[in-house]
Amino acid sequence: MVNFEQWNGFKGSIWKEEVNVRDFIQNNYTPYYGDESFLAGPTEATDKLWGALQKLQKQERAQGGVLDMDTSVVSSLTSHGPGYIDEELKDLEKVVGLQTDKPLKRAFMPFGGIKMAVDSCKQAGYEPDPELVKIFTEYHLTHSDAVFQAYTPEMRAARSSHIITGLPDTYGRGRIVGDYRRVALYGIDFLIEEKEKDFANCGDGTMTDEIVRQRQEIRQQINALKEMKIMAKGYGFDISKPASNAKEAFQWLYFGYLAAIKTQNGAAMSVGRISTFLDIYVERDLQNGTITESEAQELVDHIVMKFRMVKFARVQAYQQLFSGDPVWATLEVGGTGLDGRNMVTKNDFRFLHTLENMGPSPEPNMTVLYSSKLPEAFRKYTSYISIVSSSVQYENDEVMKPVWGDDYSICCCVSATQTGKEMQFFGARANLLKAMLYAINGGVDEKSKKQVGPAYRPLTGDTLTWDEVKPAYLRMLEWLAGLYVNVLNLIHYMHDKYYYEAAEMALIDTNVKRSFATGIAGFSHCVDSISALKYATVKVIRDEDGMAIDYVTEGEFPKYGNDDDRADDIAKWLLKTFIDMIKKHHTYRDSEPSTSILTITSNVVYGKATGATPDGRKAGASLAPGGNPSYGAEQNGLIASLNSAAKLPYHWALDGISITQTINPDALGHNDDERVGNLVQVLDGYFDQPSHHLNVNVFGKEKLLDAMEHPEKEEYANFTIRVSGYAVKFIDLTREQQMDVIARTCHASL
Amino acid sequence: MSKIGYVHSLESFGLVDGPGVRYVVFLQGCALRCKYCHNPETWHNGDKEWTAEDLARYVLRYSTYWRNNGGVTFSGGEPLLQLEFITEVFKILKKEGVHTCIDTAGQPFRPDDAEWLAKFDELLKVTDLVMLDFKELDEEKHIALTGRTNKNILAMAQYMSDKGQDMWIRHVLVPGLTDDEQGLKEMGDYIATLDHVQRVEILPYHTLGLFKWEKLNLEYPLKGVPTPDKEQVEKAEKLLRTADYQGYLKN
Repeated sequence: MVNFEQWNGFKGSIWKEEVNVRDFIQNNYTPYYGDESFLAGPTEATDKLWGALQKLQKQERAQGGVLDMDTSVVSSLTSHGPGYIDEELKDLEKVVGLQTDKPLKRAFMPFGGIKMAVDSCKQAGYEPDPELVKIFTEYHLTHSDAVFQAYTPEMRAARSSHIITGLPDTYGRGRIVGDYRRVALYGIDFLIEEKEKDFANCGDGTMTDEIVRQRQEIRQQINALKEMKIMAKGYGFDISKPASNAKEAFQWLYFGYLAAIKTQNGAAMSVGRISTFLDIYVERDLQNGTITESEAQELVDHIVMKFRMVKFARVQAYQQLFSGDPVWATLEVGGTGLDGRNMVTKNDFRFLHTLENMGPSPEPNMTVLYSSKLPEAFRKYTSYISIVSSSVQYENDEVMKPVWGDDYSICCCVSATQTGKEMQFFGARANLLKAMLYAINGGVDEKSKKQVGPAYRPLTGDTLTWDEVKPAYLRMLEWLAGLYVNVLNLIHYMHDKYYYEAAEMALIDTNVKRSFATGIAGFSHCVDSISALKYATVKVIRDEDGMAIDYVTEGEFPKYGNDDDRADDIAKWLLKTFIDMIKKHHTYRDSEPSTSILTITSNVVYGKATGATPDGRKAGASLAPGGNPSYGAEQNGLIASLNSAAKLPYHWALDGISITQTINPDALGHNDDERVGNLVQVLDGYFDQPSHHLNVNVFGKEKLLDAMEHPEKEEYANFTIRVSGYAVKFIDLTREQQMDVIARTCHASL
Repeated sequence: MSKIGYVHSLESFGLVDGPGVRYVVFLQGCALRCKYCHNPETWHNGDKEWTAEDLARYVLRYSTYWRNNGGVTFSGGEPLLQLEFITEVFKILKKEGVHTCIDTAGQPFRPDDAEWLAKFDELLKVTDLVMLDFKELDEEKHIALTGRTNKNILAMAQYMSDKGQDMWIRHVLVPGLTDDEQGLKEMGDYIATLDHVQRVEILPYHTLGLFKWEKLNLEYPLKGVPTPDKEQVEKAEKLLRTADYQGYLKN
């Protein structure tokens, strides 16, 4: 058993025998039951740094969204010397490290796809070094080029018609959470030793494909670990040994995360469940009298400031999908242990408190792992922070813990993953609503009129019934599920080969569990359309070619989002049907298939690509986001809507079901105390059911309208709202997305 | 045979309609024509029928959100027009330990009708809280605002006071219409004579119901009237002495 002096005062032994951060946490954390009264405000250093950073953010916005860009350096762990928020203030930074040499400067990251790297430069007015372009075009194959070379014509057609959409085939796939805590707890040298052992024990000497690949991957991981040390040295730190105090623990951990964001540009680059882990170091220092509460808060504020600075070079089309420059630096607080203990620590309060000390912010994507069993003071504080910042999302610890244990992280917007034990093959979404139109039109796309799906017999009647549509829809879904899984198999094969996440995987167990995350778009519209076909009369409007292009639906039909079993049973049926179809297929590297109902802001773009539907939705109209009911469908208020969502079994959609709701502050209660108490009660009631996720916004429509018209007002500079699965500065949304947010139900029963 | 009720709409998420998280049932029908009404579509009888039994069973699905701080509120329209229906629903809900509340303007109260009073007593037995709207204390002003007298409404307040019924008194504050100092002061004095008032609330006039008037092709009588600002609300609260009534905080 190794023993480092840096571990003095820490209890337990298993975590010293093997890399096992969970065991360390369980043996050493201090549950906190009190309230927020201990918290400290921002220090002078924090105010200065945050002020400097806000200035830069303003400048970035004024320049159209990009402050600065690398054009001649390929980003790697060691490609850049040290960088600081402000050279003159650098001694004030308690946690250091930037992706490049300057703040908010976007790195050149060609490995995911040279075309995307070049386009993102050019669209922002920069010219990439032609020599680099040549290297990554002629001499080195990038992930994206490899994927497109291998695509079948059918895959290309499905992709360009947007029946399968948002695929990670032009940039990093993301969604892999390295266990960055390992850097702090063990130091790099110990981690290298452990990986060397894995390398030596890899297989029995028979060089199967998998073993050869694993040997190569472990080597890449070890190289990445070595480079992390060099990267840290640039900032004057030796991270070969464990962190000896809180300040080092924050810094070491951040270096681990920095390694990830210097080398990968995935859509989601989560930080993970770090709060309670770091609290152990803070508690030890507080006990030893070597740190004050104000200094502890400063560490939290400063690491969070870094998470607020993560940037990637993106093309404009990406912005249309995922607005507001999100990186999903998701970070969790709360949760309970397998032994039933509350895992809330003082640090959880400190992380939430950053939203007061430095104001609201979309990043890090602050996630509360919720249970009504969490201490009341904590539940009240999170509700309070929600009300003042609209920057927090909630996920149900009671449904996730049985599946993922008590050390899971959220790897994207809402999807859980066991920290350090698991990685995910991210799979974007299949548009099941479009599939219904394909079923009606015999595989012909309603927008392009091209034959995209299989040429099954179209449905030609003047009216349609569910009896008629159902078999056609099932056939089309079978086709879509098969194609979708295989597109993903191909993408992830190439990603592993050409854009392997060495730095993140170096901080994950060698024997990693892999999940295969598919997703559904258009969910509520499918449910309502099926309900319309079942309960109302759906007349078809055809164009001159006889193609169904619109529908006139006569009569009432139940809609998802009203706690009406007739509609909600359809929702359950659809989800189960689709995941069962997905599960029939071989998935890459024997990964575990799952699905999700979450669309981020891409619901607007997906809707644009989808024709009119039998539920009354017009052609091109936005889809409802994630698992939300369709626009205007909710007739019985918020809680009825939540009850509909809560009926969808989480274990059929283990990648997550995201729900976003906006509550008018006046409708939430007459005063702050009432509002906090009422919100806690709603959260308790919702999460005591087997529900999964909730984004909570607290503001009125008037504020949104004003912010849309007057984005220049100071008060809106950091005005953050939760959208499906993440938070975003409202003024950074496209006008279309702003209108979409405004159009959604704001629950305001007065 | 379970009683039939005429329901205008259901709202699962009422947070300002009684204590805590409320499931609000808006019933059809009202004889008042308040100029600031924000639910004018409930004035006339509709045809969405529920049996008391079905409605009670249905709303019980929401009990997980109520805990010790919430329950079911009947509003409207004027809920007391369907007195027997509510009584039957509440009887079932009380068996399940649900907090019950009625949000009424008191207009249907018939102090001289013994049969009606007997039914009303039945209802109060299963009602935890009555939220009573005081539109105006002065009868003439009341008629001008609502089209009806307030004599029976004041009688109802007195009746509940005598019966020991917990009450909240609420007053909609419309600038220039229901906010004159003298009137509010007198109303405050009057409320002080009542027992069992747990809370007195000012409800600031809002225009969120305006679009409904337009939809119904009705002339909105308060066109251009501003919503009260914070100072006006606070002033009215002082005149009504709302801070004197803290009973509601005890639960």
